[in-house]
Amino acid sequence: MQTSFSLAQLADSDTRESEKILRTCVHCGFCTATCPTYLLLGDELDSPRGRIYLIKDMLENGKKATVEVARHVDRCLSCLSCMSTCPSGVHYMHLVDHARKHIEETLPRPFADRLMRAVLATVLPRPELFRLSLFAARLARVTSPLLAALPFQWAKRTVAMLALAPDTVPMRSPYSEPVTIVPEGPPQGRVAMLRGCAQGVLAPEINEAAVRLLTRHGIEVVFAEGEGCCGALVHHMGKQEASHDQARRNIDAWISEMDGQGLDAILITASGCGTTVKDYGFMFRDDNAYAQKAARVAAITRDVSEYVLTLDVQPPTMPSRLVVAYHSACSMQHGQQIKTTAQGLLRKAGFVVKEVPEGHICCGSAGVYNILQPEIAGRLRERKAANIAKVTPSVVATGNIGCMTQLAGAVGVPVLHTVELLDWASGGPLPRKLMKNALLAQHG
Amino acid sequence: MTQIAMPQPDPLILAKRERIIAGLQERVPAQWVITEEDERRPYETDALTAYRRLPLAVVLPGSTEEVAAILSFLSRERVKIIPRGAGTSLSGGALPQEDAVVVGVGRLNKVLDVDFANRTARVQSGITNLAVTTHISPDGFFYAPDPSSQLACTIAGNIAMNSGGAHCLKYGVTTNNILGVRMVLLDGTIVDFGGETFDQPGYDWLSLIIGSEGQFGIVTEATLRILRAAEGARPCLLGFDKVEDAGACVAAIIASGIIPVAIEYMDQTAIRICEDFAHAGYPLDVAAMLIVEVEGADAEIDVLLTHIEKVAREHGARIVKVSKSEAESAAIWKGRKSAFGATGRIADYLCMDGTIPTGQLPYVLNRIGEIVAHHRLRVANVFHAGDGNLHPLILFNANDDDELERAEQAGNEILELCVEVGGCLTGEHGVGIEKRDLMEKQFTSVDLDQQIRVKLLFDPDWLLNPAKVFPLNLHPLPLGRAA
Repeated sequence: MQTSFSLAQLADSDTRESEKILRTCVHCGFCTATCPTYLLLGDELDSPRGRIYLIKDMLENGKKATVEVARHVDRCLSCLSCMSTCPSGVHYMHLVDHARKHIEETLPRPFADRLMRAVLATVLPRPELFRLSLFAARLARVTSPLLAALPFQWAKRTVAMLALAPDTVPMRSPYSEPVTIVPEGPPQGRVAMLRGCAQGVLAPEINEAAVRLLTRHGIEVVFAEGEGCCGALVHHMGKQEASHDQARRNIDAWISEMDGQGLDAILITASGCGTTVKDYGFMFRDDNAYAQKAARVAAITRDVSEYVLTLDVQPPTMPSRLVVAYHSACSMQHGQQIKTTAQGLLRKAGFVVKEVPEGHICCGSAGVYNILQPEIAGRLRERKAANIAKVTPSVVATGNIGCMTQLAGAVGVPVLHTVELLDWASGGPLPRKLMKNALLAQHG
Repeated sequence: MTQIAMPQPDPLILAKRERIIAGLQERVPAQWVITEEDERRPYETDALTAYRRLPLAVVLPGSTEEVAAILSFLSRERVKIIPRGAGTSLSGGALPQEDAVVVGVGRLNKVLDVDFANRTARVQSGITNLAVTTHISPDGFFYAPDPSSQLACTIAGNIAMNSGGAHCLKYGVTTNNILGVRMVLLDGTIVDFGGETFDQPGYDWLSLIIGSEGQFGIVTEATLRILRAAEGARPCLLGFDKVEDAGACVAAIIASGIIPVAIEYMDQTAIRICEDFAHAGYPLDVAAMLIVEVEGADAEIDVLLTHIEKVAREHGARIVKVSKSEAESAAIWKGRKSAFGATGRIADYLCMDGTIPTGQLPYVLNRIGEIVAHHRLRVANVFHAGDGNLHPLILFNANDDDELERAEQAGNEILELCVEVGGCLTGEHGVGIEKRDLMEKQFTSVDLDQQIRVKLLFDPDWLLNPAKVFPLNLHPLPLGRAA
């Protein structure tokens, strides 16, 4: 598409990148068809092509963000389905990230909106605070019926937030501290695993299963000193400074390991985080002190499934013919373009894997989207649950904590992380979520 | 400067904008009436982005009745109406005007009823072409016309432009696959044309409606003919060192009596662009490639492919590569169907859409090369060779006005060439604004007058998708001349 930026505008690095992205777009409209919000709303403004045009107009003319532009960009899930679809290779992720930053900097949001965003940005990346707030949420849930009756968006968001809090908060995991876990025999490899933020509190069993699976195959796993939230959460709210601070801490932590005992890979068990960590190189491209380090970190970052695929995985000790619906997280299939890895591993481990119809469409989780846009997120969850039901699975497997939380109450069967099933099949314990189920009867 | 002129907006209409918007908001919920400038902006163009006009307002009705209320109101107010599907037109078919209201059917995207026994599907017109097939494919059925933009384009747009696609060689274009439509006329009357079967009693109105480019009314529902999918289908890739050989091979395959489901042509530039995106295993070292697909039972496919390979070898094919798996076939088609968009990776483009007798392929391909070179530009050729429907993509830099002008000039010359060799200006993209001013090359003034008379029966004031299809100098009501 034609663009008209002045040389002065192009002196800004973000604008320069956005201009390049806009120039590759030919406005063919393919992206509209696979955009979840366009499917639901039918308005081009809530499609990638419409948003690209809104962003182009705002940036080209150096305009402050308006309420209207923000509304449509806010409704974007950043699922990046459009990037899988786009034949021209438009890097929508970097464009929408730039737009979000521009909106955050130029649009004063209403007080309730600001407050909600500030609370999420403060609490979620801090595991101890998040843990406490989960207990608080359980108590606060008694107010939900009252709040639901209020005609305010903040009330709907609060109800959505409270509903996402689990009924029981798991015990604190041994991996919530910096620690190195060594395999029994001589190590075949050494990896760092992201401890991260919310996942470790909500579902510590994921990293625990991943560690068992890896150490069983001779891999040493380190949870590095000093790392924490990857920064994705605030990054998607346009809060660049905060996201870069969080990312820098992780880069420092992992570089110290890379330059110390060395790392073969940095593994991420939440694909949402993986998409962001893999993008560190781009995020710090203009930062003299961090550009190189960030690129080094990004270069060895892998989703845990990608790394497990490189191992000679032991044959299943307990072949299970459990029917698994694999729900590919958007950050997995679109963000990282990992399309078939987990399904292949699960099949090899003996599971009967079913692909979910309309599998390219988001479940509505999308970070904190399900709190900020509860109505659209709710409709997408129902749509996803109905599609999952079509393959009548015994369990759902996925690679992202956000999807697990979003789908947990909606699909009527346990939702597990891929590594939990892989660990179990290769000799690990029966996943907790399967224990109370009569599923064991179905094993072949 | 772009070459195709658009009329000046009517100041009387602009002056009563508030009243028009208020009228729309009385007829559809306010959230579906788009009025802010920021929000109207993305509706200022379609897939022919060199042309842009900010509409007065955009309205997204949720039912046929709402469309009727809107049209009745706007026509009473003498406001121009731009029907819009998914906005994927390459001929500017959905280009707005400053004094016009865009009426989008994107929210009308449901399947209403499927009747497998009688092989029909009734759908709302804003559903995408591919969504129809996706809906019925679990039962082994499909909807045949498959424009390359089928993922995104709507049935409404397909009807407006009488769209084709790769597989139309065997199954025909849109007009051969629509049984009936529900259409809202300019005054808000809702009428049904056609029915549940082909060949309804009385005049064949349907043939008049399909391809009328949104100038007769707005179609809100359609009854489609759906087909049982063949037992199997298999594409093969034929690689040639000479462009002319590939052209001659197409004619020879058709002449030998075989009608494959599709014969698609790509030249080297197009092959490289598409392979980069789709990783389909296209041969990169050939001058031209044909994708030939046949379908049926395995034995039938084997016989047909053996025969096609023989013809291809006789015409200088150096590479013959048959798809070995579903995944490979899917990648082969993904590359072809994404050809236009994938071209965006290397340049902006104007996509031409002329049709020629297949026997003229070698000559026309050569001439296209010369024309584009004369204008100091490059071309990527990718098209439906089986039915002679060309899509030369003229590559240019959209940020360079001079290149755009040269690209448009080259495009015009290519389309004139198509007419010269006995073909026509459009294959499947419609006339829109893009080929409007070339219509007099194709038709005599007698032809055009007759066409305009038909148009005026539906829209005497030129309110529906105006400034398109007919050259502007023919516009002011030529009824006097007609008498």
